[in-house]
Amino acid sequence: MTVSSLSRSGVNQSAILLDRIRKGIFYAILIFWTVLSVAPLYFTLVFSLKPIADAYTPPIWWPTPFTLANYETILKTFDLFPRWVINSVNISIIVTLFRVLFCAMAGYAFARIEFPLKKLLFNLLLISMMMPGVVTLIPSFLIIGPGLIRGGISLGSLTIPTGFNLIDTPWGVILPGVADAFGVFMMTQFYKSFPKELEEAAMMDGSGRWGTFFRIVLPISQTQLLTLALLTFQGAWNNFMWPLLVLRSPENFTLPIGLQWFRGEYYTLYSVVLAGSLFNTLPILIIFFVFQRYFIRSIASTGSKEG
Amino acid sequence: MAVSISRRKISEAINGYLFVSPWLIIFTIFSIVSLLYAVYLSFTSYNLLKPPQWWGLDGYRRVFDDDLFLTKALPNTFKYVIIVVPLQTILSLVLAFAMDQKLRFRRLFRTVFYLPSVTSSVVISLIFIWIFAPQGIFNQITRLSINWLDDPRTAFYVIMGMNIFTTSGTLMLIFLAGLQDISPSIYEAAQIDGANAVQTFFYITIPMLRPVIFFVVTVGVIGCFQVFDQIFVMTAGGPLDSTTTITYLIYKWAFRDTTIKMGQASALAVVLTLIILAVTVLQRRMIEGSGSMAER
Repeated sequence: MTVSSLSRSGVNQSAILLDRIRKGIFYAILIFWTVLSVAPLYFTLVFSLKPIADAYTPPIWWPTPFTLANYETILKTFDLFPRWVINSVNISIIVTLFRVLFCAMAGYAFARIEFPLKKLLFNLLLISMMMPGVVTLIPSFLIIGPGLIRGGISLGSLTIPTGFNLIDTPWGVILPGVADAFGVFMMTQFYKSFPKELEEAAMMDGSGRWGTFFRIVLPISQTQLLTLALLTFQGAWNNFMWPLLVLRSPENFTLPIGLQWFRGEYYTLYSVVLAGSLFNTLPILIIFFVFQRYFIRSIASTGSKEG
Repeated sequence: MAVSISRRKISEAINGYLFVSPWLIIFTIFSIVSLLYAVYLSFTSYNLLKPPQWWGLDGYRRVFDDDLFLTKALPNTFKYVIIVVPLQTILSLVLAFAMDQKLRFRRLFRTVFYLPSVTSSVVISLIFIWIFAPQGIFNQITRLSINWLDDPRTAFYVIMGMNIFTTSGTLMLIFLAGLQDISPSIYEAAQIDGANAVQTFFYITIPMLRPVIFFVVTVGVIGCFQVFDQIFVMTAGGPLDSTTTITYLIYKWAFRDTTIKMGQASALAVVLTLIILAVTVLQRRMIEGSGSMAER
């Protein structure tokens, strides 16, 4: 008896020691990665507060000499910057509002309403989620642009355009963005898992499908809608390849396209590029901090539910 | 009675279509029509100036005769996927595992780790160009004097490293959710059976995570095969085409070259889609074949 209890306490002590070492290693990993994660943004902030001539000059850890000149350049001298911010805000908000509404409507229909070809449509949606985006890039560009035939097909006095002719307009960026397969899938799963009773009560009271949807269903699904909205906004705000193809004149650029263009035109003003980068990062960072748990939920849910 | 039921059915069907139609119209145009359109274009010669000319498999033949595709874009893309996907998967799994321990400041770590993932691809690329410039911070800290992004031996690795860095936050959150779904009773059972930490990790955690691993690898493969933004901003395919990938080549042929080759670019896009499809199926077989735990 005594022997076994003695050896057990020995085991316990070495187990505690091992546990400490293990925890130490984990802390080391986490702290190392924390430093790495913060470093690029920290350096960006530091150098955006240093004079333009010091873009590569030490010290690197602290902004000395300190100046707000780069931010003044962005806000006052170079008036395209505020325009790009406004363009980005407008496009991202419109894409988000439409996509969330359309995805909620379609998701609700797939989950609750019986209509012909529903299964087929839903399967097409699932297939399209596996399809790489590159393959539709050129056709989407042609559809948004003049289409296959410039000036359209003329039938007597009538000309039928073969495309939307939206190149270099914000709507050209927005239009393909308002329909999204993943969003519909997400809302469908959500509404399927949701109890029907509330809606049925409302339907009994005589409000039709539409009244029920706008007065009962949308308010109930707030959390889910917000999650989808955040995901969409982040994507639209950071989107690069599509606006790069659609937008041509600098005054129509979104912020990411503008920043890349500015870097090409004024290569020597890198401190201004860094300050401008923070204008792109800061809003999304603030939104992320405020709505953190929704972001984390939305990302976590992508992995566990489907795939 | 029967009449009213069928009338209700019809009105339900109409409602259903009204509800899906805003999404369905846009989806049809930009996904279904676009896909068919891409396949059609891949069999044509098209330079935007004249209507497309049918030329059968010529576009595909030209893709596979193209030096830039065969010697640069194709091997570069595979190299990128083979290096980035395993590293980002393992790294994010390690981070998630460390995060899943009962440690303090977990929420703070989780927030900070996600920072690189909220930053846009363009912004992080612009920052990395500057950090890895000849007189940049990286050389200053390491006291090296390498021209990272202008040297064909290093440029691609900087981009790979950056992308592993930025995606790890998102993937870590997915793994973390997966880890937290594993029931504690399984770990308790393993402990009673005398399994140590390493055994528990390889015989319990990894098999239980197999569906999540499959998802992370699939997302990684699909994303890595299409890497574009970072290459466009940081190197534009150079130096000496050392960072030209398939997606960048599609862009170059369709939008950048002096003679626009939309048909040939579409053929390459179709080829890339088939490659991604094949790799995804293959990888699904491998992950599912390697154990009986996966039930999907």
